[in-house]
Amino acid sequence: MMLSYTIFLPMVGFLAILFTPKEKIWTVRWLAAIFSFIPMILSFIITYDYFINSSASSAFAFVEGPFEWIAAINVQYFLGVDGISVPMVFLTGLLSFLSIIASFNIENRVKEYFAFFLLLETGMMGVFCALDFFLFYVFWEVMLVPMYFLIGVWGGPRKEYAAIKFFLYTLFGSIFMLVAILILYFSFDPHTLSIPQLIEQAPMMTRTLQMLCFVFFFIAFAIKVPVWPFHTWLPDAHVEAPTAVSVILAGVLLKMGTYGMLRVSWPMFPEPLRYFSIPIAILGLIGIIYGALVSMAQKDLKKLVAYSSVSHMGYCMLALGAYSSVTAIAGCMFQMVSHGLITGALFLLVGVLYDRAHTREIAAFGGLGVKIPVYTGIMVLFSMASLGLPGMSGFVSEFMVFVGAFGSFKLITALAVLGVVLTAGYMLRMVQRMFLGEFNMAKWGGLTEINTREILTVAPLAVLTVALGVYPSPLSNLMRATLENLVNLMAR
Amino acid sequence: MLENAYLIMFYPLFAFVMIVFFTRWKEKLSSHLSIGMILLGFIHSVFVMIEMLARHGQSYEKAIPFLTLPNFSLELGIFLDPLTAVMLLVVTIVSSCVQIYSLGYMHGDPRFSRYFSYLSLFTFSMLGLVLANNFFMIFIFWELVGLTSYLLIGFWFEKKSASDAGKKAFITTRIGDLGFIVGILILTAFVGTLNYQQVFERVASGEVSATIVTLAGIFLFCGAVGKSAQFPLHVWLPDAMEGPTPVSALIHAATMVAAGVYMVARGMSLFAGSATASLVIASIGLITSFIAATIALTQNDIKRVLAYSTVSQLGYMIMALGLYGVDYAHGHHSAGYVAGTFHLMTHAFFKALLFLGAGSVIHAVHTNDIQEMGGLSKKMKITATTFFIASLSIAGIFPLSGFWSKDEIVASTQGHPVFMFFTLLIAFMTAFYMFRLCFLTFTGKPRHEEKYHHAHESPKSMTYPLMFLAFLSIFAGWVGLPWLHHGFSSFVFHEEVHHAGPQYILMIVSTIVAVSGIGLAYLVYYKKKISADVIAEKFKPIYTLLYNKYYFDELYDAIIIKPVLGLTNVLWWFDANIIDGLVNFSGWLTVKWADAKQLFDQYVVDGAVNGAGYLMMGLAWLFRYAQNGSLQFYTLIVAAGAIGIVIYKVTPEGFYYYLAGLLIMALSRLLVRSLRTERANSGAKYEG
Repeated sequence: MMLSYTIFLPMVGFLAILFTPKEKIWTVRWLAAIFSFIPMILSFIITYDYFINSSASSAFAFVEGPFEWIAAINVQYFLGVDGISVPMVFLTGLLSFLSIIASFNIENRVKEYFAFFLLLETGMMGVFCALDFFLFYVFWEVMLVPMYFLIGVWGGPRKEYAAIKFFLYTLFGSIFMLVAILILYFSFDPHTLSIPQLIEQAPMMTRTLQMLCFVFFFIAFAIKVPVWPFHTWLPDAHVEAPTAVSVILAGVLLKMGTYGMLRVSWPMFPEPLRYFSIPIAILGLIGIIYGALVSMAQKDLKKLVAYSSVSHMGYCMLALGAYSSVTAIAGCMFQMVSHGLITGALFLLVGVLYDRAHTREIAAFGGLGVKIPVYTGIMVLFSMASLGLPGMSGFVSEFMVFVGAFGSFKLITALAVLGVVLTAGYMLRMVQRMFLGEFNMAKWGGLTEINTREILTVAPLAVLTVALGVYPSPLSNLMRATLENLVNLMAR
Repeated sequence: MLENAYLIMFYPLFAFVMIVFFTRWKEKLSSHLSIGMILLGFIHSVFVMIEMLARHGQSYEKAIPFLTLPNFSLELGIFLDPLTAVMLLVVTIVSSCVQIYSLGYMHGDPRFSRYFSYLSLFTFSMLGLVLANNFFMIFIFWELVGLTSYLLIGFWFEKKSASDAGKKAFITTRIGDLGFIVGILILTAFVGTLNYQQVFERVASGEVSATIVTLAGIFLFCGAVGKSAQFPLHVWLPDAMEGPTPVSALIHAATMVAAGVYMVARGMSLFAGSATASLVIASIGLITSFIAATIALTQNDIKRVLAYSTVSQLGYMIMALGLYGVDYAHGHHSAGYVAGTFHLMTHAFFKALLFLGAGSVIHAVHTNDIQEMGGLSKKMKITATTFFIASLSIAGIFPLSGFWSKDEIVASTQGHPVFMFFTLLIAFMTAFYMFRLCFLTFTGKPRHEEKYHHAHESPKSMTYPLMFLAFLSIFAGWVGLPWLHHGFSSFVFHEEVHHAGPQYILMIVSTIVAVSGIGLAYLVYYKKKISADVIAEKFKPIYTLLYNKYYFDELYDAIIIKPVLGLTNVLWWFDANIIDGLVNFSGWLTVKWADAKQLFDQYVVDGAVNGAGYLMMGLAWLFRYAQNGSLQFYTLIVAAGAIGIVIYKVTPEGFYYYLAGLLIMALSRLLVRSLRTERANSGAKYEG
């Protein structure tokens, strides 16, 4: 029942908040904190337990079900985690709690905000644990609604536009996924929606249907990642969303795309995968270079970080193109985790500054290193992490992606290495323009240093970023058996 | 002591962590912690050296796994051989001197503790780089060295030029690192390991194809081109002097730029596996050396002259190593390997001394411009003396350190006449510009009275390191005396000892070259027999070109930086208007489509529904006359029907005429009726 608790405790919190009078702001805040804290602890226990007891095999752990749910169409309540979902559950648990703590300064419609946030957490946890397509799809869609409101109500000046764009774009993708699921459902007798079972059976479908399903799933997941050229919802959503929501968007939601590929479409359709591997790697390459270059042109700090996500998720796609290498897929997983930590922290930090300065325009600052050295130090640390400096997780993941992908694509990978310089370019330019140089005392003399609560929200991310960079073995050992099995399935 | 040699790198790391988290509020404690830790590292390095000598240079390796995946694993480990042992000593000695010197130089700086924490981190990175046992680990520390030099060059980040220089150093070296990464990728894909010894074994055994060795060699060398400031990526080093001067000393002598040369020496078995790669290395070294030496002739900033001299000397080392590789690929061992590594060591000492001396001068007169100095030897005896010693050493004057190592470099060009010619030419220029610097700074009349007036000798914390380094600049080279049979060349070597013995002709030639360089400088800048200005005027175009450093910065700005920044804006426009435009356009299209559907709905679909209603009403209007309740009308219909049947029976054609007649009658009646109704209605209207 461990997974069910983890998934539905935030839902319980959601209900509890609904029954709390809206004037009791602090009760709401603490309820949200508690109902995201317990799932976080549960996610840590799941991770630890999986690492100790189950990581040796590729079988699912903490399995619940399959229990009959809607018998008429053979829908089952079926949960379980393996080496690719455990890190995501961990990340979701951690980032959700940190985001809720970071949201304590929300003053507008506090009750609704935290209620939606907890509902969102249920959806995210559910996606990473579901093993039944119906359940998977339900959780996938459940997430959209709170996200829509979180951006649309608590967002920036163009919040309505961004929220609708995010919602419709993702929904557009989901419809393709739904069609693909229906094709799978009707392709086999007896009909089934069990993901593990369909992974076994799907390669027996006709080539055309496989291709169709693969492309449909790809559209759905690619929008979420986002893969170039489906990425333009991301900068708008990220920039308009409130800080904590940006953290969740970058840290967890984007990973659902790549997770979906690894969980569903990659192992299910090995033949189309072979057929499309080069285009996928090229899309990854374009994402890396293009994202970095567009990032460099940004004047808004948050938008810069948003476009850096496009670039960083490009590494995941490059790795996913090289599906036959365990190293590449492991690199992809590492990059998912590491990007969640680093970009999550960067968004938190952007929020910290925005709360004080009420602007995010890079050119408006300069020399902040004099006035707020601790904040500057943390920001520089994460900028360095983002540009793949050794000793931090981003380096390990990029290196693994390069090594893994180089086996399959020599030229594409060699070109992708360019991303390393471009990332350094825009990150250092940003650091220089904001934190170095002369300090404008008249304008920013009143700026205050990052406070303890804010430090506490980024500190765990900093520790994990460095820990994974210095000692990545635990994570790779945790995933290893699952990845080997996955690669075997994908190379069928 | 070898088993725990990895501790050497952790001493400074410990200092860094302690300062950042615990002691940064206590400046004195922080700086002493940092110095104490590096001295501990130095002592440990001495023991490593002793043990290494005792085991006659036999290497030692130890590693732990970093990451293990099927078919791929990475490890961290240490590899100790004589080269490592020498480098450990060089790094710890220079770093110790620089840190002690910084006590005085950085005194009163608001970020004093932070400065020492950075120095510790820098030293940690460099020591890790030196100790690494594989290409993955060297790359890790390679990047960390890059980071720390970024932090230190931009230490006074309030100055735009400083933060610019830091960024430039980081990004320029990272461009070289692109090649390094690709080189590492080639090794993983085609050689299957990153461990030094395993790579070298597989290359030596011929398992790896020649093309791969060449490619891997050239790509890996790109990394060294960036780090060791070789042409065409040399542009960052002269700007790096924006950092505090002791940092420049550290960067130029024992860390950062030494990393590239060290990597080439370390990977010699790989590079030497390809004559092509080696020739590329040697040529890049020579070009760099020549370009930098010519630029140094014209610069007026004391640190800039030294910076270009560093670039030039690094080019020397790279060239010597490359030439060794060329010779090796052709089957014979030459002096190049020893020359490169030996010069790396001696250069570290005299270059550190030169920079620290320059720092002492700048500290005294608060200017970098040698045209504003002059006559300082009277005020700063120790600084001037040590600076002259270092200059003699770098110029290659017997019997100072530089003489012996430069001699080896010249010896390594034997058999390559073009290289030899330029090497001697560069040696001449080196002697000239170094003594131009010395004479302009320390001798003659003060050219800036006020600055001269304020000048003073530096405190002891600064002069003691100078004296110690001066000692090393004189004697460190003696470990490589050609008469020694167990000297440097039989300790640090590649595969086989190459011991050529003293080559008197070369010694004499290079001494003549050096002395004539110094002599020319003496005539121009001391005796003023020849006017420098007249020469500059005579060769104006060349002078301008050199003075402006061949316009490399301007060129890169025009062909790389500006186009890239332009491209970013173009792509940003493309993203916002084309890609996102398509997204928004499809949204707009959907809305328009919905509008069209709305019209269709209103007029066609709903029109059909309403039309059906109207049709029914019309029919009902028509048919209600059939049931008007008038008995006469019904009788009339029955009668008409009966007549009709009769007519049909008699003549079917006549029936149609009959029907038509009936219809006309009915219609005319309808017409009359409706007219009457209308009149009645309008009449009612009038009445109303």
